[in-house]
Amino acid sequence: MNSYYFTEEHEMFRESLRTFLHKEVLPNIDQWEKEQKIPRNIWKKMGDMGFLGLSYPEKYGGMNLDFFYDVIFCEEVSKMYSGGFAISQIVVQYMSSPYILKHGSERLKEKYLPGIISGEKISCIGITEPGAGSDAQNIQTTAIKQGDYYIVNGSKTFITNAVYGDFIITVVKTDPNAGAAGVSLLVIDRNAEGVSATKLNKLGWHASDTAELAFDEVKVPAENLIGEEGQGFYYLMGGLQLERLTGAVMGYAACEEALAYSLKYMSERKAFGRPINKFQVLRHRIAQLAAEIEATKQFVLYCCRLNNDGKYAVKECSMSKLLSSELSDKVMYQCLQFFGGYGYMEEFKIARMFRDSRIGTIGGGTSEIMIDDVAYQSAAKDPIYKKTTSNSNPQKEKNIPTNDEINLNHILDKIQAGAEKAKPLGKTLKFDFGKEQLFIDGTGEKNKVSINNDDANCTIQISYEDFNNLLKGKLNPMNAVMSGKIKIKGDMSVAMKLQSLLS
Amino acid sequence: MNSEQLSVNNLANNYLWTENRGLWTENNSTMNSYYFTEEHKIFRSSVRDFLKKEVTPYIAEWEKNGEIPRSIFLKMGEMGYLGLMQEEKYGGLDVDFWYTIILNEEIARVNSGGFAASIGAHPYLALTHIKAQANEQQKEKYLIPGIQGKCIGCLAITEPSAGSDVQSIRTTAKKEGDYYIINGSKTFITNGVNSDFIVAAVKTNTTKNNGLSMIIIDRTTSGVAATKLNKLGWKASDTGEISFDDVKVPKENLLGEEGMGFFYIMQHFVLERLTMAIGGTAVSKYALEVTLQYMAERKAFGRPINKFQVLRHRIAQMASEIEMNQQFIYHLCQRFQNGDYLVKEASMAKLLSTQLSDKVTTQCLQMFGGYGFMEDYPLARMFRDSRLGTIGGGTSEIMCEIISKIIIDNNTYSKTI
Repeated sequence: MNSYYFTEEHEMFRESLRTFLHKEVLPNIDQWEKEQKIPRNIWKKMGDMGFLGLSYPEKYGGMNLDFFYDVIFCEEVSKMYSGGFAISQIVVQYMSSPYILKHGSERLKEKYLPGIISGEKISCIGITEPGAGSDAQNIQTTAIKQGDYYIVNGSKTFITNAVYGDFIITVVKTDPNAGAAGVSLLVIDRNAEGVSATKLNKLGWHASDTAELAFDEVKVPAENLIGEEGQGFYYLMGGLQLERLTGAVMGYAACEEALAYSLKYMSERKAFGRPINKFQVLRHRIAQLAAEIEATKQFVLYCCRLNNDGKYAVKECSMSKLLSSELSDKVMYQCLQFFGGYGYMEEFKIARMFRDSRIGTIGGGTSEIMIDDVAYQSAAKDPIYKKTTSNSNPQKEKNIPTNDEINLNHILDKIQAGAEKAKPLGKTLKFDFGKEQLFIDGTGEKNKVSINNDDANCTIQISYEDFNNLLKGKLNPMNAVMSGKIKIKGDMSVAMKLQSLLS
Repeated sequence: MNSEQLSVNNLANNYLWTENRGLWTENNSTMNSYYFTEEHKIFRSSVRDFLKKEVTPYIAEWEKNGEIPRSIFLKMGEMGYLGLMQEEKYGGLDVDFWYTIILNEEIARVNSGGFAASIGAHPYLALTHIKAQANEQQKEKYLIPGIQGKCIGCLAITEPSAGSDVQSIRTTAKKEGDYYIINGSKTFITNGVNSDFIVAAVKTNTTKNNGLSMIIIDRTTSGVAATKLNKLGWKASDTGEISFDDVKVPKENLLGEEGMGFFYIMQHFVLERLTMAIGGTAVSKYALEVTLQYMAERKAFGRPINKFQVLRHRIAQMASEIEMNQQFIYHLCQRFQNGDYLVKEASMAKLLSTQLSDKVTTQCLQMFGGYGFMEDYPLARMFRDSRLGTIGGGTSEIMCEIISKIIIDNNTYSKTI
């Protein structure tokens, strides 16, 4: 069936993970739901089995496996009839620690990753605040540098694992006046002085501990900064794809489990002298749900393949999270109906699945945020859209300025001055205006700007006009990228530094 | 701007929409490359050019006439489009399934469900049966000219009182000497009036498997009569009711074996459903494309209507659902290409894709406001043509019956022939 994505090795892994979960998790899940707490030793047991850090480098204890092992992990933990259990696992592996792996210093990686992979440490991600969620550039928590420390003040909310976790990858403003460019990521130990947590009472996801965190003059070593100051927003944007994708996997996996659970019940439950799975109306409802689950699953797996192949697919992943979480609400609602009155009783797990599903269209960016991103990328910024403003072939020509007045020489000095102040890029970067080029050699001690048309690690196609607007600060580089005004070829990491180069 | 301009504009500017959605990095331009090679893309642009030149300018006329001219079959035959999946020795191109997908996707962009149906019923319904079950003589007579577009076929299964319930078919074929004598009637048959031969499901004397058999009936045989039906949409296709009154058909016109008709039909349903799924999603995609174009130009309260959040979200929701269906179908197409027998999955895809196309064409029409209701704009036709999707080729309810038998009763289906 899924052989295009999963090999026999994958399936063997799935089998062993499933066996483990059925032995160690499933029998205890009702208890954990009731206590609203998952014992720490379950992470340790999973770590001992080698189920954690699947795609993390071996250097930190990981297995360096392909992304489809991660997909299996997310699928199987989502089939324990407890969204709370699933999210507490997924947050650690796919929503928080990857920021350390991708952008953290070697020191941070060595300090935190081995614990994540052995299951001795539990992480969480602190983005949302009482006053800002997906709108991450407007967060209020500040981290002001004082000598070798940052002093952190502010609060975070809806943070999974924040009560019993060990450290928080916290989104802070290192420059409170700078908007997106002032956002940074900081690793804050949960037991650092001044950090306190209050457990929140939720509609569902009872097994996971979700908390409000307060930071009161928390002193965090400067070396706990992930990557560079002011880059946090872009790191977060870079993490969206994986976060949304794992959310989408959780969605369809729970649907599959709910359907199987319902089918089993329907074959046993009798009404008017026959099993209720013989009633046509119910059968058709099942068929419709099964078709939608199958289609959604195959779409999400396709997105997983894009991700596994290293492609930029935020649009597709947003689509898949949107559809998968909405489907899950629909499936849980209708499956509960199949159980009749029993569906409303805690004795059957469908009641829990129903309430746990409800966060799907909210957490990790609401459906409305997903849709905004999709609309932005697929509608407003679609080349088709642009065709209406120019009658020529937009894809090929939109970045070639028709303006004959291009003269880079007269702005060269200005750019050189700015580029010299910025940190060396470490690589070469070329702005391609179509007829003219601007080449930045960042491999030396200082960035050197010329008008050579050499091959660069990264080429940025942009119109001269947009480039001028970038220099003047009228155009935000990230927005320009998102809107298609800038096209990037080659090494994305170089392009990520655009902000520092231009400010 | 009228619909003609709109679609011409579109085609003129075209770069392939499917490959170019919201792309800003090099990586994304390889989006569909899991399935389509450079050769496929070249084929796509040649199909598009052909349709733009030979079909689009005339489609309004054909819609009005209620049929498409035979000359278009000939032209498509010359291009090889009618024999993509047929063996070379009969004049086919024998290329992989992706070419068929491309052809169907491009045909959907012509915006005429009737044209798509007529031009599809011949190679994918009639010739599919010939390809699989006909003997050499029959292939010589029907397949070779069929692929050339000289001889047009139709598939006649549905009767006034039996559709997907093929076991209840009443048209009889009684064997008398070297002939079958056929009596009965068929309805809702695409190409039912203008086709040259009819691949018909009939009941023969045998009791084996309800006696269902497939037989080829020449149009010119005495006793065959057809009436064109008047339809809500699919105007360009000639849909007919065919009656057989003591029609004398040579016994060598039997396709395959007597009593095996049911299995032949079931087996070919997979391809039919898959092509309907491909068509449904391609129509949805095209509807969204022309709608986005309109929304960028149309202003209300001083700004283009594509700036209104409610409409943007509706567009994004549809775009997501279309993309999902597209990838699901491509996944199935790959499995089909690899020889998997997809009874459940093809039914699922047909179910979802035709439901989606109703939803998308309804909502896209809404975006056009009053213009959506006008025949000068493309949505009116798209909307009415879409409506047949959840009915033809097995209703949505039949799809659900099949799916539920498989997933609830654990029925399994395997290729029997």
